[in-house]
Amino acid sequence: MKLHDIAHGRTGDKGDISNISVIAHDPAHWALIREVVTPERVAAHFGCFAPEAITRYELPALHALNFVIRGALTGGVTRSLALDAHGKCLASVLLEMRIPDRAG
Amino acid sequence: MSVVRIGAGAGFQGDRLAPAVDLAERGALDYLVFECLGERTIALAQQDRISHPEAGYDPLLARRMRAVLPACHKNGTRIITNMGAANPRGAAKRTAEIARELGLTDLKIAAVTGDDVLDRIGDYILDETGEPASALSERLVSANAYVGIEGLVSALEAGADVVICGRASDPSLFLAPLVHEFGWARDDWARLGRGVLVGHLLECAAQITGGYFADPGVKDVPDLAHVGNPLASVDAEGNATITKLPGTGGQITRATCIEQMLYEIHDPARYLQPDVIADFSGVTFAQTAPDCIAVAGAQGQAASGLLKVSVGYRDGWMGEGQITYAGANCVARGTLAIEVVRARLKPLETRIHEARGELIGLNSVIPGAEPAAGVPEVRMRYAARCQDAEAARCVGEEVEALYLSGPAGGGGARSHHRPVLAIGSTLIPAAEVVATVKMMEAEDEIA
Repeated sequence: MKLHDIAHGRTGDKGDISNISVIAHDPAHWALIREVVTPERVAAHFGCFAPEAITRYELPALHALNFVIRGALTGGVTRSLALDAHGKCLASVLLEMRIPDRAG
Repeated sequence: MSVVRIGAGAGFQGDRLAPAVDLAERGALDYLVFECLGERTIALAQQDRISHPEAGYDPLLARRMRAVLPACHKNGTRIITNMGAANPRGAAKRTAEIARELGLTDLKIAAVTGDDVLDRIGDYILDETGEPASALSERLVSANAYVGIEGLVSALEAGADVVICGRASDPSLFLAPLVHEFGWARDDWARLGRGVLVGHLLECAAQITGGYFADPGVKDVPDLAHVGNPLASVDAEGNATITKLPGTGGQITRATCIEQMLYEIHDPARYLQPDVIADFSGVTFAQTAPDCIAVAGAQGQAASGLLKVSVGYRDGWMGEGQITYAGANCVARGTLAIEVVRARLKPLETRIHEARGELIGLNSVIPGAEPAAGVPEVRMRYAARCQDAEAARCVGEEVEALYLSGPAGGGGARSHHRPVLAIGSTLIPAAEVVATVKMMEAEDEIA
């Protein structure tokens, strides 16, 4: 299945740093999300960020993760040549991640 | 006051007006807050001011004030906003004129300044360039500190009905009235942290009421077209209920609140603000009724004593062009178009600092994405950051020239070029920044 089947999220930006939340729809899936959505797997999924640039924060009471990706926005919204200079689309891209199909 | 009711009138410069008017008329609000400054807005406004000294504040200020002042005046709702941008005094003067035209002659308007630190930023090292701001010399446009509540609270204490500032941290616009009403001590870190959370949840307006949330079939939002703006009822402890007006579209749920709480924050336990480091790690959201969420559990600790400063500087020009390819073999034709433009711009390479070619619909968000079979159409886009306007113009011209001398069947070409106003950041000791409040009344003669 895809992460989109069990989680939702939103992207924010500050300068050249992007943050992406990943939030379980159902608390039953929180353990699985915490286990499989690691900085390494997030880096591999995007293919353009180094794992070392990614910090993961956990909010167990809210069944949510917050990924902070440094240097994610090719210079930040004001200098970037990207069409989506804010990186607003990144959360939805992350939700395309394939994850093991098993109960949490 | 046992409970303070604060509404969000705007969450960005171009935000919709109707939900703010609705809140002003029906919200029974004590405060209506308009947060209208993006990272780059002040730098752009500062540039405006160079050619038009009276400008430099939000271009929608007059429209917003005309729309909400009558209801706010009638209902005793005070307005707090950063629409002053690079010219809070100019914005206050304009607001006074509008109040007078509306017959609201008893209105008191405060301009809060002090965030402009351009005259003392030279020696500070920018994170982005690793050099002191002064190294930018004549390219340096603006430097504004994210100030806290001090000036805003002073303005409220002085009786202002409308408080207009420039750069302040967004949550401060909401924290200031809470500190003013409840008399929270400036080292009451827990309550200040809770006030920051209320501000952070409200500062993006509809982003907590179902805006920026809908995902059809997964996260459906009722009547998104008429989404309402949020309001918070906050008690003296800083605990709050977030809700919206009956009859408005959208929804407030735990999910909308959690998405907004994590929006644009890094470490949830250390959300750096001018007056406190807020800790959201133990926050809870409880649905108490439809579209009513009770918020509790934020904490705080002493602020760092440093303020973030946004430094605006001119950074060359950007040129861009786009053209569409559709149908048979469109990905290959779009890819060839990129190669052709890149080759034709080769003679300008010393004036082009950075360039990217991409196919919208395929790889414009994530570079290197593989094409799926049967893509019905792509839009080729070529963009470059250049040393000068002429080079930037050439980028778009080469894309438009693909009509006659590019791959088969390109259509709908567009191009533009614009100056790049970049933002760098640094930190400045809070003691370097002093807030000043200037009061004016609608009945005053225009100076």
